[in-house]
Amino acid sequence: MKLDRRMFIGTGAAATASLAAPMLRADGHAKPRVVVIGGGAGGATAARYIAKDSEGAISVTLIEPTRTYYTCFFSNLYLGGFKEIGDLAHSYGGLAASGVNVVHDWAVGVDRDARTVALAGGGSVGYDKLILSPGIDFVEGAVPGWDLSAQNAMPHAYKAGSQTELLRAQLRAMPQGGTFAMVAPPNPYRCPPGPYERVSMVAHYLKANNPTAKILIADPKEGFSKQALFEEGWAAHYSGMIERIGPDFGGGDASVDPVAMTLTIDGDETPVDVCNVIPAMKAGRIAELAGVTDGNWAPVNAADMSSKADPDIHVLGDASQQGDMPKSGFSANSQAKVCANAVRGALTGSRVFPARFSNTCWSLIDINDGVKVGATYEATDEKIAKVDGFVSQTGESAEVRQATYEESEGWYAGITADMFGA
Amino acid sequence: MRAPRAALICALPLLATVAGAELGGDAKAGEQVFRRCIACHQVGPDARHRTGPQLNDILGAPAASQGDYRYSPAMAKAGAEELIWTAEALNRFLASPRAYMPGTKMGFRGLAAPEDRADVIAYLASFSEGTAAPQAAGFALSPEVLALDGDAEYGAYLAAECTTCHQADGDNDGIPAIINMQQEAFVTAMHAYKQKHRANPAMQLIASRLGDEEIAALAAHFTTLGN
Repeated sequence: MKLDRRMFIGTGAAATASLAAPMLRADGHAKPRVVVIGGGAGGATAARYIAKDSEGAISVTLIEPTRTYYTCFFSNLYLGGFKEIGDLAHSYGGLAASGVNVVHDWAVGVDRDARTVALAGGGSVGYDKLILSPGIDFVEGAVPGWDLSAQNAMPHAYKAGSQTELLRAQLRAMPQGGTFAMVAPPNPYRCPPGPYERVSMVAHYLKANNPTAKILIADPKEGFSKQALFEEGWAAHYSGMIERIGPDFGGGDASVDPVAMTLTIDGDETPVDVCNVIPAMKAGRIAELAGVTDGNWAPVNAADMSSKADPDIHVLGDASQQGDMPKSGFSANSQAKVCANAVRGALTGSRVFPARFSNTCWSLIDINDGVKVGATYEATDEKIAKVDGFVSQTGESAEVRQATYEESEGWYAGITADMFGA
Repeated sequence: MRAPRAALICALPLLATVAGAELGGDAKAGEQVFRRCIACHQVGPDARHRTGPQLNDILGAPAASQGDYRYSPAMAKAGAEELIWTAEALNRFLASPRAYMPGTKMGFRGLAAPEDRADVIAYLASFSEGTAAPQAAGFALSPEVLALDGDAEYGAYLAAECTTCHQADGDNDGIPAIINMQQEAFVTAMHAYKQKHRANPAMQLIASRLGDEEIAALAAHFTTLGN
């Protein structure tokens, strides 16, 4: 869908002027404008770094519909009872204090010729550089029987907040000996270890409160992130509780009935008490509306995360198709800083340094049993390419696992401070 | 004011020894200062744990690394976070133990005079030479690398990779603070990770692709933050 250009007549004059203006403004009175859509790990970080590092030389507007942001990372720990919902909640006050103009509204369209973003609440915002960090949406029809209207009966809980609360409430209301089912997503998707950390946290809760309950996973993937570590942990902590049906046994052929509460795998129908459907994913809708997607994702240049469709648009995080980095909050935060450095350089002439990226994902398997996987990345002409990496080992000592978990707590405090300037 | 760096190509404990001397300390004078410590600490041949742990080989040792001594949870945590007793770390600890490490069992209020701290560190260093801490065995840094003058603006960009985990305001919720570190301690720590003499795989990975200039740039940035 392309928005009608006439929607923008009200700001057309200003937009036209900005179109003609060079990036480095000789006139000195109009500040260059950056608009960021999406206030998560990519968008909040980019907005904060550009505002902070440009010291007022760039006008930064963040468009984010929610006033309270709930992190997806650590939301599984909430399901397991290790966190409360408030522990995941963050406000945008720190960003505003950093000089970011935070607009709580939905971006509903991008006019790339006029360089404006249309808002659901009316009006539009002009930009010189636009940063899209909209996260994910779900591919329609990915799990037969499920669509967004079924998300109350069968939550995805893959955007944190009320969905996560709903899934926890359903888990806690499960009858003794009931079945918790998960339909796991195909690659690529947000947070590769996420579904399996979730299974671990659900198992942790059930072991203490509903020990005869079962967990059934329909999985279209042959393997998954940190598989050896998770399977070792499941055998050690939750023996006999978890059954994963992979593609060899029809795990890729799953459908649901949200009214009858059944999951059908390869033709076999099973009644379930809770069904967590995590469908196939695609870039958040605004990326598609802006016309920067190719298929499900938005291809970008690795050096500065600029869209391959438009040099004045950058795409960060889960929505981008960048190469080797996993879709994670850590990755988005890392990409945001590379992007912020490049955008600031383009708009103010500040020094631009070579792109460098890194990612680490921690997962909790049981109390004090933390594992992690990480890698460094560089920009090549083709993509963001992996340089080197590490992963926790099976058979590690309890001390190492506990230190890894405690490190993840430190990381959570670190990245949220880095995103929101708390 | 930094003393000239001479003969720093050496194993870390020896480096730390020289660094102790670099604080301007006099080991002989330090023996006098150490009398204020002997109610709780022993050092030298036959030294044993008393109220406090024995202090042989303390320079360059990871915090809380003597398995047969019961450390405070705060000190054990510092050990888990890989605090190394460099001369600089000891200098800061000894200035005010409970300010540097809230929760330490060490009841001593601290040595206010920088000369006293430098002297006692030089004295302790004289019992540390030649016995490498396990993580630090064979670790070497040239004086040129330690003396590199970093590009702080580049460091500010590179530091964004650190602040995903290490909080820029110095808070510590499970990952240690890295602001307010002395340049030498920072550079030494990063090279120790790069050369895999410190254990954390995430830090080894991050450090592995930082060149000497980049480590110096980061040190310049974090030193600026600290000041």
